[in-house]
Amino acid sequence: MNLPHWALCVSLSSVPLALHSVPAIHSDLGLLTRVPGSLGFGAGSRGLKVLGEVGCLPAHTRQDPNQRQAGRVCLGWVAWGRGVALHCPPASEASTVLSFQQLFWARQRVPGMVLKAFFPTCCASADSGLLVGRWVPEQSSAVVLAVVHFPFIPIQVKELLAQVQQASQVGVAVLGTWCHRQQEPEESLGHFLEGLGTIFSHEPWLQLCRERGSKSWSCKAIRQQVPVAPGVPSEDQVMLIFYDQRKVLLSQLHPPTVLPDHQAGDAVASSGGLAVVFDTVARSELLFHGDQYDEGPVRLSHWQSEGVEASVLGELAKRASGPVCLLLACLLSLVSAVSACWLWKLWPLPFIRSKLSTCEQLRHRLEHLTLVFSTQRAQSPTQLMRKANMLVSVLLDVALGLMLLSWLHSSNRIGQLADALVPVADASVGRWQGGVLDRGPHWPTGFPAGFEHVAEELQHLLQWLMGAPAGLKMNRALDQVLGRFFLYHIHLWISYIHLMSPFIERILWHVGLSACLGLTVALSILSDIIALLTFHIYCFYVYGARLYCLKIYGLSSLWRLFRGKKWNVLRQRVDSCSYNLDQLFIGTLLFTILVFLLPTTALYYLVFTLLRLLVVTVQGLIHLLVDLINSLPLYSLGLRLCRPYRLAAGVKFRVLEHEAGRPLRLLMQINPLPYSHVVHTYRLPSCGCHPKHSWGSLCRKLFFGELIYPWRQRGDRQD
Amino acid sequence: MEDERSFSDICGGRLVLQRRYYSPFCREFCLTCPRLSLCSLTAVTCTVWLAAYGLFTLWENSMILSAAIFITLLGLLGYLHFVKIDQETLLIIDSLGIQMTSSYASGKESTTFIEMGNVKDVVINEAIYMQKVIYYLCILLKDPVEPHKISQVVPVFQSAKPRLDCLIEVYRSCQEILAHQKATSTSP
Repeated sequence: MNLPHWALCVSLSSVPLALHSVPAIHSDLGLLTRVPGSLGFGAGSRGLKVLGEVGCLPAHTRQDPNQRQAGRVCLGWVAWGRGVALHCPPASEASTVLSFQQLFWARQRVPGMVLKAFFPTCCASADSGLLVGRWVPEQSSAVVLAVVHFPFIPIQVKELLAQVQQASQVGVAVLGTWCHRQQEPEESLGHFLEGLGTIFSHEPWLQLCRERGSKSWSCKAIRQQVPVAPGVPSEDQVMLIFYDQRKVLLSQLHPPTVLPDHQAGDAVASSGGLAVVFDTVARSELLFHGDQYDEGPVRLSHWQSEGVEASVLGELAKRASGPVCLLLACLLSLVSAVSACWLWKLWPLPFIRSKLSTCEQLRHRLEHLTLVFSTQRAQSPTQLMRKANMLVSVLLDVALGLMLLSWLHSSNRIGQLADALVPVADASVGRWQGGVLDRGPHWPTGFPAGFEHVAEELQHLLQWLMGAPAGLKMNRALDQVLGRFFLYHIHLWISYIHLMSPFIERILWHVGLSACLGLTVALSILSDIIALLTFHIYCFYVYGARLYCLKIYGLSSLWRLFRGKKWNVLRQRVDSCSYNLDQLFIGTLLFTILVFLLPTTALYYLVFTLLRLLVVTVQGLIHLLVDLINSLPLYSLGLRLCRPYRLAAGVKFRVLEHEAGRPLRLLMQINPLPYSHVVHTYRLPSCGCHPKHSWGSLCRKLFFGELIYPWRQRGDRQD
Repeated sequence: MEDERSFSDICGGRLVLQRRYYSPFCREFCLTCPRLSLCSLTAVTCTVWLAAYGLFTLWENSMILSAAIFITLLGLLGYLHFVKIDQETLLIIDSLGIQMTSSYASGKESTTFIEMGNVKDVVINEAIYMQKVIYYLCILLKDPVEPHKISQVVPVFQSAKPRLDCLIEVYRSCQEILAHQKATSTSP
């Protein structure tokens, strides 16, 4: 009877090590074949003794109640083995047998699957030795982490591996031998390497070989057990995949895959794939601490084998960051405590604060800085990137702000700016209606100053509206009323500005100083200044819109009356209604009046809405720029530019020179994340208040004269 | 083993398919698209410059001519770097995955790698595009949550657009490898 042969796999602190299996002599139940001369690994406390082999269980006996006995006996064997540091999950009898079966299936040899050996490029020129790494049976792949050079003592190698295993939860083991030889193969070395297979037994045992100075490699993966079926070779086909260890160690896969923890019973990592390789290398840092020039017991070759990489500046920064963070965190908490003080809650301060975008921006920056300088360490790489992005963003902001400041203060630009806004000379209130204004001594003649310019232009506009704008004939009386009303408004505004004129330069100078807090703060202040300067345009827009809105509602209601219908408020629909004759008469009269006055009102509304939209557009552009500076992840973009392997979207393979009869060699390189994905993944949250309207609803609101609020701040803007 | 054959794409242009069999479980298919033709390049340049010269005679501003030259140059560079694909490669490795590479005329390469664990199958799909019925090869990806559902369809050779005869060749080779991979995949 051709029965399958099983290898006994037991776990030593949840790391599976396949043992030497010897063909069992099968009896009826095929049990309890005590193998004479069991292999011992060593007398150390962590050594493992093979006590026996669980023989094969013929398929037809599986449902046999005798199998239970066999199960118990298995447990007995293993239980005996417990004294020798075997850890088997204590469970009920049936499940123990089941778990053995599961273990068997998981460790059973997959016939014909190609074995993938991930080999670090830095070890390609290393001397002969042992291959140390991790075997992933579900994907039939061996990840080689380092090469242990001769001479070594097996016990010490095992101790080191056990240490690494414990620290990193990665199942590091000796995978095979590495032979870097001269043209003439050394016989003794070959035999010696084969002998090592019996000391560090691993299933399958890899034998990689390379001739010095040439590109021909040879790989063999030997399985000790007898083949499953005749004709299937006991050697697997091997595929060599080279990877750059340093880059794989430092890189981060996006999207980050969560791998099952080994403590949880070594779940099938079928979804892991290449993420398993990255994870293995990243977690085995302890292995890379010793290099081949160390005095330690074991000489390893890996990416740090020429000497451990470190940077003086990096170490200094790490030491200094502790106290600096503490100090800054205290300062920032003080500032935020002051700003949260009850004084600021007195009316009308909260109202003003909600309107000004500068306060919003300052608060946002304070939040960022608090996060960056908090004394907690970052939990995950994402948080670390976020902190770094915020820091770089703040630094760039401040640098740009200082540049702006230096430009403003050079060659008396602030003075020129103040003069551009308001003339220094005292212009009396009445003079703006005709004649030339008395300009100040430093301003070049001929060019009217800022506010005056705006006011004069508005004035001209209103005069034009009061006449026959674009050839349209307006209703004379209404036109005059509205025109004079708005003109008076402008008059008041100009008087107010003239009252402020002596202080403008001072105010501007102090405001200019705020640019050292950052360019975003300066831009927010600019946006607020524009809002304040064009406040009269905003008022005109509101007046015009309200008037127009009333007119439209009146017209629609009277139009319904004209047709004999009425709006039913209870039912929210249009109902027919019978009116009296006098109601109809008055209604029709009013309707006619409103219809004929409509063009005038509509024109005023149109003009002021366009002006308002222009101001809103300018403010919107400034806010967009501020948002951009706030939310752009500059550190991540810089990392993507200078160290593209750090942000990996995946991997790519390249087939290296291939000769017939030699194993296939591939080079695995890191595929960096595209820039758009970098920005999308690492974008900082901005305080961006984006317009909530779609174009359709905007047009509808404009048509009906409803007021438009272009953006809403955190606390909703009320008018 | 390497061989080369000539096919045509759906518009009638000439494509060259290079097949490289590195080993029984690793194959590569490389489709070379027709190059940028001198005629079309000359035609576009002449159109742009004639339009610029027309505007120049209208407005007598020499900036228009310089702008036209800049636009032509930048447009050509942008086209070569972002739009014109020279070569498309499909590399299929048993038990590792499928890799698709597009090489642009300026030398830029963009690569996508799909792991074998995510690949459900490789099929030829039929699509109706305007007045034409075209065939395209695509890779079906498994849903990680439900292995029997298809989560995504990734088309291959999107810019070369070969005809059915070429696709059948590639399809047969891919199916051989996928069949072998399915036979040897672990089953829990």
